[in-house]
Amino acid sequence: MSATTAIPGPAKDSTTALLLGRRRHRVNLIIKICCVTATVIGLLFLASILFTLLWRGVAGLSLTVFTTSTLPPGSHGGLLNAIIGTVIQTMLGAAIGTPIGLMVGTYLAEYAQGSQLGNAVRFVSDILLSAPSILVGLFVYQIIVSPFGGFSGIAGCLALALIVIPIIVRTTEDMLRLIPSTLREAVIGLGAPKWKMIVLICYRAAKDGIVTGILLAIARVSGETAPLLFTSLGNLNWSLSLTRPMASLPVTIYQYAGSAFQDWVDLAWAGALLITVAVLAVNIIARTLLRGGK
Amino acid sequence: MSATSEQTQSFGGVQARATADMNEPKIAIRKLDFYYGDHRALKDIELNLPERQVTGVIGPSGCGKSTLLRVLNRMYDLYPGQRATGEAMMDGQNIVSPDTDLNALRARVGMVFQKPTPFPMTIYENIAFGVKLHEKLTKSQMDERVEWSLTRGALWTEVKDRIHTSAMGLSGGQQQRLCIARTIAVRPEVILLDEPTSALDPISTLKIEELIDELKHDFTIAIVTHNMQQAARCADQVAFFYLGEMVEVAPAARLFTAPKEKRTQDYVTGRFG
Repeated sequence: MSATTAIPGPAKDSTTALLLGRRRHRVNLIIKICCVTATVIGLLFLASILFTLLWRGVAGLSLTVFTTSTLPPGSHGGLLNAIIGTVIQTMLGAAIGTPIGLMVGTYLAEYAQGSQLGNAVRFVSDILLSAPSILVGLFVYQIIVSPFGGFSGIAGCLALALIVIPIIVRTTEDMLRLIPSTLREAVIGLGAPKWKMIVLICYRAAKDGIVTGILLAIARVSGETAPLLFTSLGNLNWSLSLTRPMASLPVTIYQYAGSAFQDWVDLAWAGALLITVAVLAVNIIARTLLRGGK
Repeated sequence: MSATSEQTQSFGGVQARATADMNEPKIAIRKLDFYYGDHRALKDIELNLPERQVTGVIGPSGCGKSTLLRVLNRMYDLYPGQRATGEAMMDGQNIVSPDTDLNALRARVGMVFQKPTPFPMTIYENIAFGVKLHEKLTKSQMDERVEWSLTRGALWTEVKDRIHTSAMGLSGGQQQRLCIARTIAVRPEVILLDEPTSALDPISTLKIEELIDELKHDFTIAIVTHNMQQAARCADQVAFFYLGEMVEVAPAARLFTAPKEKRTQDYVTGRFG
């Protein structure tokens, strides 16, 4: 018990320790109250948005929403063409963007370790990831819509593909990088060429994460409005042609929500509810996949 | 114990092999240097790996013993900035020469790592994956090969009812034996073991050590280990590495009981490392 060397500073005082403890307790309480208040405010807004959406959206929902195309005000139109248009453009956009994103992500993770080109590609891809989506729409307008004579569904698909690519590049690279180098060495150690290592083992090991990335990209673009305004434009008539303007839910909501007709406004709410539920469903599937893989 | 003193000598309760005869070298390493960028990690290594015998490689962390194994199957080629110079001759061919066919080399020189590395597929597919890289077999030939290698890997009886289930569900020790079986299935001539038991429990370790004894009838084996008892139990000859140099190589019993170099003696008696 006897200390051989004197500890510097005044003797230990239990009153000081008690006071310091009380002060810590008070500060802790104040910080806690601040955090909880901020959380409650944030949640209140979110809940208010969701509640309004649910309230107005369910009121606007009916069978005709799914069976009838958009019609002039007062004639009991639906959203069928917009729903189908969104599905077509989202799926085609993802179908174009996914292979490109996968290959770029694979290049970054497997071939471009520390290379200048790799760093440049990663930088550009990250910029594209956070670029305002209306710029993507304007870009496609300039190179496709304007020179080839008009708005078209395929232009919308390309715009969405441009948004899909950087998301998938990022998730693919991240997921491939999570694979331990020992697994790669084990494959190479058996005498496998690098491409077989990537395709047969790495993709399989990272499958859940990569699929999650693709689903999140789909969820993201299915609600995009801005890139479609300048590309597929929207179409109030039934049309499945990719070379003509094509309807989509977000653009229809944009057009209907600001209109003066009550039935159009109701349809806009119903459409908003549909998109939200669809995006939520895709997100839940993605999260379940990711958790199942762990 | 003294009754068998011709064959073995005791080291820390372990009977180390005293066999003085070494077989003809399968791999002959001469003047081998290895560089991580500018850092010289192996210095002027001279070492023979005798055919169908076990060479143990010991030494403190960072001494270059794992690096040596990574040279022998050119694993370092995966990483830019790593290079080897000198000779590692196997059947008249220099392993480190730039015109070596790497995939063919790795089929002849297999490697098992510290951590088990099962592929995310079934047990059967894990074995078949390596075989398919180098041979064209019919379904029944492949079935035979899978059973043969799992039997040699001392795993068959434990997994024969579930070879079509995921290999990720095996225990750590089973996974490591699967990795050994997967390496054997390719029918290599040399097997490199890089601390194969350091992530395993004692029972699994024992099984792997028994397996090594069994495998050396057919394969030339090099095993890197931190565990000197393990080197004494498994190896015919042991090489001691220190700071990138090969300090001493000798039959196992002699290296542990009568080392010639002071540094070896200090290490095996636990004075440093």
